Amino acid sequence: MKKLSKLLAVGLAGCMMASVFAGCGGNNGGTSATDGNNGGTAASGKVYYLQFKPEQDKQWQNLAKAYTDETGVKVTVVTAAEGTYEQTLTSEMDKTDAPTLFQVNGPVGLANWKDYCYDLSGADIINEVTNDEFLLKDDNAVYGVAYVVETYGIIYNKTLLNKYFESDFATVKSVDEIKSFDKLKTVAEEIQANKDALGVDGAFTSAGMDSSDDWRFKTHLANMPIYYEYKDKGITSTDAIEGKYLDNYKQIWDLYINNSTCDKTALASKTATDATTEFKTGKAVFYQNGTWAYGDTAYDEKSGEGLKDEEYGMLPIYIGVDGEEKQGLCTGSENYWCVNKNASEEDVKATLEFLNWCVTSDKGTKALADDMGFVIPFKNAKKAANPLVAIANEDVAAGNTPVSWNFSTIPSEKWKDGVGAALTQYAAGTGSWDDVVTAFVQGWKTEYAAANK
Amino acid sequence: MIQKNKKYFVIFVLPTLAAFIMAFVWPFFQGIYLSFCKFVTTSNATFVGFDNYIQAFQDETFSSAFWFTVAFVIVSVVFINVLAFIVGYVLTMGIRGSNIFRTTFFMPNLIGGIVLGYIWQLIFNGILLNYGKTIVADATFGFWGLVILMCWQQIGYMMIIYISGFQSIPGDLYEAARIDGANKSQLMRRITIPMMAPSITICTFLTLTNSFKLFDQNLALTNGLPGVVQASGTTVYETQMLALNIYDTFYQNANTRGVGQAKAVIFFIIVAFIGLIQLYFTRKREVQQ
Repeated sequence: MKKLSKLLAVGLAGCMMASVFAGCGGNNGGTSATDGNNGGTAASGKVYYLQFKPEQDKQWQNLAKAYTDETGVKVTVVTAAEGTYEQTLTSEMDKTDAPTLFQVNGPVGLANWKDYCYDLSGADIINEVTNDEFLLKDDNAVYGVAYVVETYGIIYNKTLLNKYFESDFATVKSVDEIKSFDKLKTVAEEIQANKDALGVDGAFTSAGMDSSDDWRFKTHLANMPIYYEYKDKGITSTDAIEGKYLDNYKQIWDLYINNSTCDKTALASKTATDATTEFKTGKAVFYQNGTWAYGDTAYDEKSGEGLKDEEYGMLPIYIGVDGEEKQGLCTGSENYWCVNKNASEEDVKATLEFLNWCVTSDKGTKALADDMGFVIPFKNAKKAANPLVAIANEDVAAGNTPVSWNFSTIPSEKWKDGVGAALTQYAAGTGSWDDVVTAFVQGWKTEYAAANK
Repeated sequence: MIQKNKKYFVIFVLPTLAAFIMAFVWPFFQGIYLSFCKFVTTSNATFVGFDNYIQAFQDETFSSAFWFTVAFVIVSVVFINVLAFIVGYVLTMGIRGSNIFRTTFFMPNLIGGIVLGYIWQLIFNGILLNYGKTIVADATFGFWGLVILMCWQQIGYMMIIYISGFQSIPGDLYEAARIDGANKSQLMRRITIPMMAPSITICTFLTLTNSFKLFDQNLALTNGLPGVVQASGTTVYETQMLALNIYDTFYQNANTRGVGQAKAVIFFIIVAFIGLIQLYFTRKREVQQ
């Protein structure tokens, strides 16, 4: 009896110990993780991909499983929750089983993680890239490769816009006439003034400044004044922005907040879901977003909501700069694949093979194009089934100059937050435009200095 | 028996002790070391001396967060404790349905901070939108929003502690005092409050440190907004408390991880210091039964 109770005590203590430590091993930070089975084949390396895009999580999980089924190599895909990629990456990279494959958003993101990036020059995937501009280079080494090219602009609902063109109050009669900020403004304001007649709540979807949605303005819209200033000066990055086109930035921001589905004082609390829903249910005509928004707004049989493929249209973001008739949509990438150089040799090898498979094999390219709707800058790319991508291609074919993604040279996330906060205050009427200018110009200098010490 | 207990003592304490060392003591000392380093991931750090501390003290967002936190702590400690004391007192007077009230008041404490923050954000915005405002339109809204949220969450918990305090006061003390002719306010001042001193110590300590360390609710309710742009280009977030400021600094860029860590060490010293002072003063007021 005595022995038994002793055993019991030791056993219980053991249980406690086990349960305490079990808590430490869990995988936190990611929203989901599935392990492909090992399949029995003797594959030595494994792949752990820390993925950036929450909207494509499911598709990546499926692709990983398909790869495992085919080759027996274990592929784990973890997706960081919206807006927490840097945090998740920081803690994951500290682990013994760190991601073998991760992402950076461009030269600024690379600065943080350069010491962890494997030099990809000579890897098979580099030979597959269609254009050298999709490589992230530094000191003669290739640290990253863009895997998706995306386009954004002002998406519009063709059905609703045509309804406007056919109305008596419309002074603009065709979408071909909208070639400048002034015309866009006329259309938006006429729609706003006659929103009841058109059955909409506003011309633009709510420019939500909740953290789920504010990147559309503090990052993507902010690209416009940065792009034109770089173009004027013939530079590709800077330690101090002058803010020459900030008046244009103000014009377009004013247009968005004064002609939307809600009062501009309420924008601070509007979320990404709000904007998507408004566009999807036909409550707004214009929606500033990109090719990735197709999945969230496309027609859904079950609910009967959403846009049919032929209803999509996309306009460049005109901000009132001379010669903008030839301005195209904004096309670029902020998704670069980097391989962790601290991973074991087998894992690096397995990761490179996986990447190559993704962009060359039938299954891989098909999944990237059809399931994820990506345009990938690789030779074997399949045509994406995304109507917004087709629109982007037509725009280039029509001879318009694509606007490059210069927001990847923004000195830090902090800069974006500062501009975002100032835009919110300005919209709510509690702050002035001068604050936006200060955050934009002074903030750039301060943040650049802080990040490049 | 005592001999045997000693043997088991080791077995039972060891798991907890090991976990405590691994999950608390070790990270704590590593954290102090990292505050003197420049690093991207914690396993790969280079020593830089006091650089991070200098930067931390020069940071205007840090001092702004400090003063906002101090103001919040003072207001919320007073409100939570006074209200919890009153609620606890009322619910020990033997009114009908005391148990139901106790349970109901305690419940908010079981909800996580992030969820609470978002729920209250919806509530506040729902009201403020009628006046064309949102919770982040003005730092005053954010401040009182946080106070209301914290009161709602913490009063129930503190109430439980106060109730157990009230119940442990022996009835004969009151009886003796009443025979001596003491009135109600004298009973409160001369018996109840002195006898409640241990509960007050615990509750003020808990609310003080909880409010100082507040993070989830702050993140979910306002995330520090509104932000005011300084002439230097830095944006100071007016409703950002210390913990959120530290978190924000840590992820700003590869150079600021150490600064965030240094701020965290400063933060620890402040909280420990204030907590100990408060304990010293309230302990002095405690009486022996």
